Amino acid sequence: MNCPEVIDFLEAYFAHELPPEVESDFKQHLKWCPDCCNYLASYRQTIDMGKLALKTDDELREVPPALIEAILKAAKK
Amino acid sequence: MDEQTLINRLKAGEADAFEHLLQVHGARLLAVARRMMRAESDAEDALQDAMVNAFRAIDRFEGNSALYTWLHRIVVTSCLMKLRSARRREEKPIDDLLPQFDDSGHRVDCGPAWVETGADLFERSEAKQLVRKCIDQLPESYRTVLLMRDIEELDTAQTAKMLDVNEGVVKTRLHRARQALRTLLEPHFAGGVQ
Repeated sequence: MNCPEVIDFLEAYFAHELPPEVESDFKQHLKWCPDCCNYLASYRQTIDMGKLALKTDDELREVPPALIEAILKAAKK
Repeated sequence: MDEQTLINRLKAGEADAFEHLLQVHGARLLAVARRMMRAESDAEDALQDAMVNAFRAIDRFEGNSALYTWLHRIVVTSCLMKLRSARRREEKPIDDLLPQFDDSGHRVDCGPAWVETGADLFERSEAKQLVRKCIDQLPESYRTVLLMRDIEELDTAQTAKMLDVNEGVVKTRLHRARQALRTLLEPHFAGGVQ
């Protein structure tokens, strides 16, 4: 397996969807390729950072009362 | 009020049950709309449309999922409709943000390893803003899939159905969106946090 293939398979790897023999080749490549190891680590960090940046305390911010009122009014129409 | 009582009262058309629903789930659902839409006013419009649709469709809620899960999908759908109608201009291609390889199959844009970033970094609002800004730079069809899959945690099949594309398209867009976001974040996290 070469570098472009390893990078192509990342989504399937993180979704645990690689067939066992392909996953074995994938892991074998990572043992000797620091560039792909770094890429995999930064790909994983990218996913985590997206979650951390967007799933935040926004959920604790209450709905503006004017919006609640507007929704209730619209639902009555 | 337990969920089944709330559902029964909503099905009976009780207005105060609807208000209670907004109080219980409104903040979380508005947060979903804020993540999907770039402008606060668009997020509020999407929530309003979604909640009115939910109120009118409550008879069709069969209880196969939690009420919040049902509402969550209605809010995401409402956001998608707004995004679709706003997506009039042509998208920029994503190719420049994907990894580049030379003829021998080696990546030409290898940078240093990234510094480990833990949850504590995201207590700083500038780090959150930076990542959000980078997500917002993604072409819309990729940004949408990234938000639905990685942030809203809808599965591939649900995302494909909601976007009316096949599952392969969702997987490809998700992978490219993550790669593009990685490229946009790299100058800030490779070798050290700036």
